Amino acid sequence: MQYHSPTSFEDAAALAAEATGVTRFLAGGTDVLVQLRADITTPDTLIDIKKIPNVQAISRSDDGGWTIGVAVSGAEMREHKELGQDWPGLVEAMDLIGSTQVQGRATLVGNLCNGSPAADSVPAMVAAGASVSVTGPQGTRQVPVADIPVSPGRTSLVQGEVISAVHIPARGSNAGDAYLRFIPRTEMDIAVVGCAINVELDSNGIITQARVSLGAVAPTVLLVPEAADAIIGSALDDGALDKLAKAASAACNPISDKRGTVEFRTHVAGVLAKRAAKIAYARAQGENT
Amino acid sequence: MALDDRKTTDFKFVGTRPDRPDGLDKVTGRALFGADAYAPGMLHGAIVRSPHAHARIVRIDTSKAEALDGVKAVVTRADFAKGLSGEFSFVLENVMAGEKALYDGHAVAAIAASSALIARDAVKLVEVEYEILPHVTDVDAAMAQDAPVLNASYADASVPAGHHPNVVRYHDSGHGDVEAGFAEADLVIEDSFKTEATHQGYIEPHACLATLGADGKGELWCSTQGHWIAQKTCAALVGIETSQLRVTASEIGGGFGGKTTVFVEPVALALSRKANRPVKVVMNRSEVFRATGPTSSTSMDIRIGMKKDGTITAAEGIYRLQGGAFPGAPMEFSAMCGFAPYALENVRQVGYDVISNRPKQAAYRAPGAPMASFAVESVIDELCNKLGLDPIDTRLKNASREGTKASYGPRFARIGLVETLEAAKAHPHYSAPLEPGQGRGVSCGFWFNHGGETSVSMSLSEDGTCQLAVGTPDIGGSRASMALMAAEVLGIPYENIRVTIADTATLGYNDVSHGSRVTYASGLATIKAAQDAVAKLSKRAAAKWGIPEDAVYWEDGCAKPSGANAGNFDPLPLADITQNMGATGGPISGHFEATPEGAGVSFGTHIVDAEVDPETGKTAVVRYTVIQDAGKAIHPTYVEGQFQGGAAQGIGWALNEEYVYGEDGRLQNSIFLDYRVPVASDLPMIDTVIVEVPNPGHPYGVRGVGETGIVPPLAAIANAVSAAAGVRLRHLPMSPPRILAALKAKAHEG
Ligand SMILES: Cc1cc2nc3c(=O)[nH]c(=O)nc-3n(C[C@H](O)[C@H](O)[C@H](O)COP(=O)(O)OP(=O)(O)OC[C@H]3O[C@@H](n4cnc5c(N)ncnc54)[C@H](O)[C@@H]3O)c2cc1C
Repeated sequence: MQYHSPTSFEDAAALAAEATGVTRFLAGGTDVLVQLRADITTPDTLIDIKKIPNVQAISRSDDGGWTIGVAVSGAEMREHKELGQDWPGLVEAMDLIGSTQVQGRATLVGNLCNGSPAADSVPAMVAAGASVSVTGPQGTRQVPVADIPVSPGRTSLVQGEVISAVHIPARGSNAGDAYLRFIPRTEMDIAVVGCAINVELDSNGIITQARVSLGAVAPTVLLVPEAADAIIGSALDDGALDKLAKAASAACNPISDKRGTVEFRTHVAGVLAKRAAKIAYARAQGENT
Repeated sequence: MALDDRKTTDFKFVGTRPDRPDGLDKVTGRALFGADAYAPGMLHGAIVRSPHAHARIVRIDTSKAEALDGVKAVVTRADFAKGLSGEFSFVLENVMAGEKALYDGHAVAAIAASSALIARDAVKLVEVEYEILPHVTDVDAAMAQDAPVLNASYADASVPAGHHPNVVRYHDSGHGDVEAGFAEADLVIEDSFKTEATHQGYIEPHACLATLGADGKGELWCSTQGHWIAQKTCAALVGIETSQLRVTASEIGGGFGGKTTVFVEPVALALSRKANRPVKVVMNRSEVFRATGPTSSTSMDIRIGMKKDGTITAAEGIYRLQGGAFPGAPMEFSAMCGFAPYALENVRQVGYDVISNRPKQAAYRAPGAPMASFAVESVIDELCNKLGLDPIDTRLKNASREGTKASYGPRFARIGLVETLEAAKAHPHYSAPLEPGQGRGVSCGFWFNHGGETSVSMSLSEDGTCQLAVGTPDIGGSRASMALMAAEVLGIPYENIRVTIADTATLGYNDVSHGSRVTYASGLATIKAAQDAVAKLSKRAAAKWGIPEDAVYWEDGCAKPSGANAGNFDPLPLADITQNMGATGGPISGHFEATPEGAGVSFGTHIVDAEVDPETGKTAVVRYTVIQDAGKAIHPTYVEGQFQGGAAQGIGWALNEEYVYGEDGRLQNSIFLDYRVPVASDLPMIDTVIVEVPNPGHPYGVRGVGETGIVPPLAAIANAVSAAAGVRLRHLPMSPPRILAALKAKAHEG
């Protein structure tokens, strides 16, 4: 196994482009190292990206949007007050990952690129309309988060490409997001269903924009425009909530496995959509939930 | 039968709560567990396991593995003893497959190499050719006429004609006339129940360090609940004399019954003999789940008849237990324990031991009893609901008492079931109001408890301190309890007694730390050994004073003349006697050995409040109270710990823990991520009430407490969840998908 710790994304991309066999980037390592120890994936090339300048930074741009470095851990996100005020749903989704120990290492990009359909931060990023910078031999391009996963364990990145930053749009006013997941226990579990909702309201409390995203109910994260349409134009009355639940359930294409059945996942997706929508809506109205 | 030297009041040490002697070692990392042993030149072992649930082993080619740099030995079944019979033959077949792999994870070969990584790589180079056979993992399916046959020779003479060869043992007991009893009932309920297999879930995986020479002499260090059974079994499996293998029990990170047998130990010995080097083998978690002993899964039918006033007129239970690929599922314990809390005139119970393509079951706290109790106490709950009866009053009305003929035969001596029920009724939990969406459940539970072969020695030091050697590995704070009992007899401070778990070369045979026997049996032996030492101390005092031995008695750590006639001597403290013991007759020690038969049975009653989210089927246990008879709590904190631990494991078993097998017969969830034991935040504070109805068979009244605590939880939780959900749950675990499906089915019925 070859271990590299480049100091620029260009070098990281070049190393990956030249590598043969199995290549992994090492962010927090909470997937990579666990899979190595468990004899699931033994990389031939391991490219540690934590030595690249600024990868641990969280910064706000002039337009109010956020750039999150690829080695920023969940714990750092949770401790960043302003980020939490803007995007509480995204921060709580990341915060649900693992334990205190795991929180000290785990990153958004690692969660995204590990490719699990149940990854907690991914629906929250998709609902937020987040994108990532992808650096490769041809330079750097920006890609919506929703376009990165292609199937369980696989991403749209090609050999020689590395994600160099995460971009979260400006929050705007009268807006809020929320993420809920279903697990049988209270913590330390993998989402059986995950749901993130992001809404913007007008001054009368009518939803003008919404994004609804589901995790663990299809081979990849889902963005469900029908579910968003169900609540746009409403003040989240019961009728709108019921339509939201139906649309969320209808979008599900899950499997039955050791964690849950098709019927269970489909039903609970609707339940979580309603509950997450209420939280996001309350947050958009300025309530501290 | 009462003992003549019993003491049940006025204790000085017993009943106090000092720190455990092993506590500091454990919190500082100084304690040495199974994987903490090293030896010069040590090799690392790794095991090749079958990926198939049922397959004939056509050929094993180890040549590529042997050619790998660093590989020092490879063993297969050919390297173990031949011609074993009975349980030894099953254990050997389990630790190293012969002609067939019988479950996913079954060991087929093993490697010793100079590093753990090389051993792991070498495992992948062993080529095993399998002929895949049809498999079965469900207990009912394994009994069906068309089920694949695992081994046609395992069924014993107890099995009535007409059963599938996978039914290997049968039990039938009871008394009275059940049909006549059912005819007298105002209401008869008959229901079927299922429980899935669960694992003991000890945090420390199996680990050992073994050395075995060509001369047939060996040393074994391992994490075990019983090093004498490990000694006997390992010696037989590798074909050496028992006494030539010295076994030392490491500090143990949990066992709960699962470490009462061997898995990697004989393999490490065989590897060591072949490599002529010490070999260490440490399982990973996935190996623990796939290849050690979970408990049985079950399928049960219960029928109970009750009068309107709550009197049970008859009860019948059929218990089918799948125990993996070998005989031994504890179906007779299910059958014997299910109805034991009740005084029944008409009772019948039947048990089936069924083999299937799963790992060999091992004991798990009160083996077989929790499942039976789940089924029986669920039906009693339904009867109470339908007849409008209070669940505690109804249980009190039918409760077993002193003199009751137990459902399994004998008459009970003094027991404490009624006292636990009365304490439950009086407990504020039972009358506390419930929030909307919550339900309350109650259940009783019973376990026999056990005596077993026991040998204890103690020796006194010149400075007046004491070394106590017991042979029962400490799985629940027993060193603290032993020191308290020894302090009580000797009259010296608790801190002045050092308790060691002696190795197999140092004491006589000790049965395993199981059957809740340690505080009872090793405790009894400790008291007797201390009394033996006291007799010798008194003799030295008598000699010094020049008075007869029987004119000396022992009190508060001193020899005293027994009265004015004996002479006027100052009390002689223990340390004053031991100081000169070399010159007054030699070292002073105490010893006791026996197979004590007076382990008092124990009962408990649990109260549970649970909450169910009707939209997702998610359950929360919001309040839990354990009430159990301990006879006498030697160290109350560790008694409470046993009660709480039983409830915690019961919560996992009832709600989320389960072995999930795929269509391919492979275990789907062999890591803690998907085998869901409760995490700390899943548990409420578990309240405990210690009831003390002294056991007539122990000098201080002790009853074992380690197992009874896991018997009532499954039913108590199921009764609470069923009440909260408004629908009866008859299949454990009550995972959210199962609860939601039950709620939907009920809504469908209208
Ligand atoms: C105990 C435990 C509990 C967990 N609980 C959860 C949970 O509740 N929810 C959940 O969703 N996950 C959970 N996880 C999984 C894991 O912690 C998360 O997926 C985490 O976010 C991964 O981040 P990381 O930085 O550790 O990734 P790493 O392990 O470093 O990398 C993961 C993958 O991302 C790729 N990668 C990393 N950085 C880049 C980059 N810059 N460009 C391209 N590819 C990259 C790597 O090649 C690798 O394939 C848990 C893990 C553990 C060990």
